[in-house]
Amino acid sequence: MIYLQLFWSFFQIGLFSFGGGLAALPLIQNQVVDIHGWLTLSEFADLISISEMTPGPIAINSATFVGTQIAGLRGALIATFGSILPACLIVSLLAWLYVRYKEVTVIKGVLAGLRPTVMALILSAGLSILALSFLGQDRFTGNLMSLDFIAVIIFIAGLILLRKLKIQPIMILLGSGIIGGACYILIQHFAS
Amino acid sequence: MERNVKNYLKLFISTFLVSAFTFGGGYVIAPMMKKKFVEELRCIDEEEMLNIIAIAQSSPGAIAVNTSILVGWQLMGILGALVSILGTVLPPLIILSVISLFYSAVRNNTVVNALLKGMMAGVCAVIFDVLISMGSKIVVEKKLLPILLMLFAFLAHYIYRVNVIYIILICGTIGALVSIYESKPERDKPGR
Repeated sequence: MIYLQLFWSFFQIGLFSFGGGLAALPLIQNQVVDIHGWLTLSEFADLISISEMTPGPIAINSATFVGTQIAGLRGALIATFGSILPACLIVSLLAWLYVRYKEVTVIKGVLAGLRPTVMALILSAGLSILALSFLGQDRFTGNLMSLDFIAVIIFIAGLILLRKLKIQPIMILLGSGIIGGACYILIQHFAS
Repeated sequence: MERNVKNYLKLFISTFLVSAFTFGGGYVIAPMMKKKFVEELRCIDEEEMLNIIAIAQSSPGAIAVNTSILVGWQLMGILGALVSILGTVLPPLIILSVISLFYSAVRNNTVVNALLKGMMAGVCAVIFDVLISMGSKIVVEKKLLPILLMLFAFLAHYIYRVNVIYIILICGTIGALVSIYESKPERDKPGR
């Protein structure tokens, strides 16, 4: 039963993630955190960090990670298989259409409609992780007293480094892990 | 390419290496595949590769997987496609299942916890960096429809928590309908 659920969830993620890169992020969060509760939001954020630091697409990384956590190696294989099956079918269909018509206007239209949509969905998913990082909860509501200043500073510094100096994302992750981690450990040390 | 064991093995090793050493997801893998199969192995010509990348980016699912299905298919038919899928999926599958096993064991370790907490703020910076790039492209175009779709998708997901799949279906359909509507008058005009 759990195998079937894993397969079906990742099949949907594979089927509906258009645009590559982070496009799968909101779909994975929807299936894995919101609908099935296989990961907490915080575990999901860890998964995204790990995915960005390792090779391979986020959808495959998530399928393997969630599959292993929930149902061991067999779960990982089934979830991964589910996530690539739609692509196998649709890519062949599109390749056939492309050879016949070269310019497929409708598909271009679908993609043009989805580009802003996917951007908005990634924003929504990103905001919930940002709220978790800044406030320890999944929404920007309530008291700002619990604001985590270390996280805020790392976020702003990271964003500036990425945009102005074009530093590799993997370096930002390593840096924020080491510097942020050291700060958190020091604070804990002095608090106790 | 001749269909013998040696060439299947070559295809497997090529896709495996590209997948294992490409960090940063879909947008990076396409140029890497191009470099490997067009410039290094010279078994696909440049124009074919551009078509392959166009189809891969138009299909749902991870761009890396889509590209490798098409490359494998082009070179050695269905078996070739299966071999190159295997080569592409195995590296993240192996890496993430190992990490997943360690993750459960060390999640509650203070140092690992602090590291992951720091990385959470860093990964937010990476996500918002991508979002700023995507969003500014959409805003610069100054077209009404993409901006409306973006607003609709964001409100529906963030405020009303509508299932991501419905939002994607609705916005994709709108994009398709608009493209059909826009392409019609041109066809009717004489001499165009």
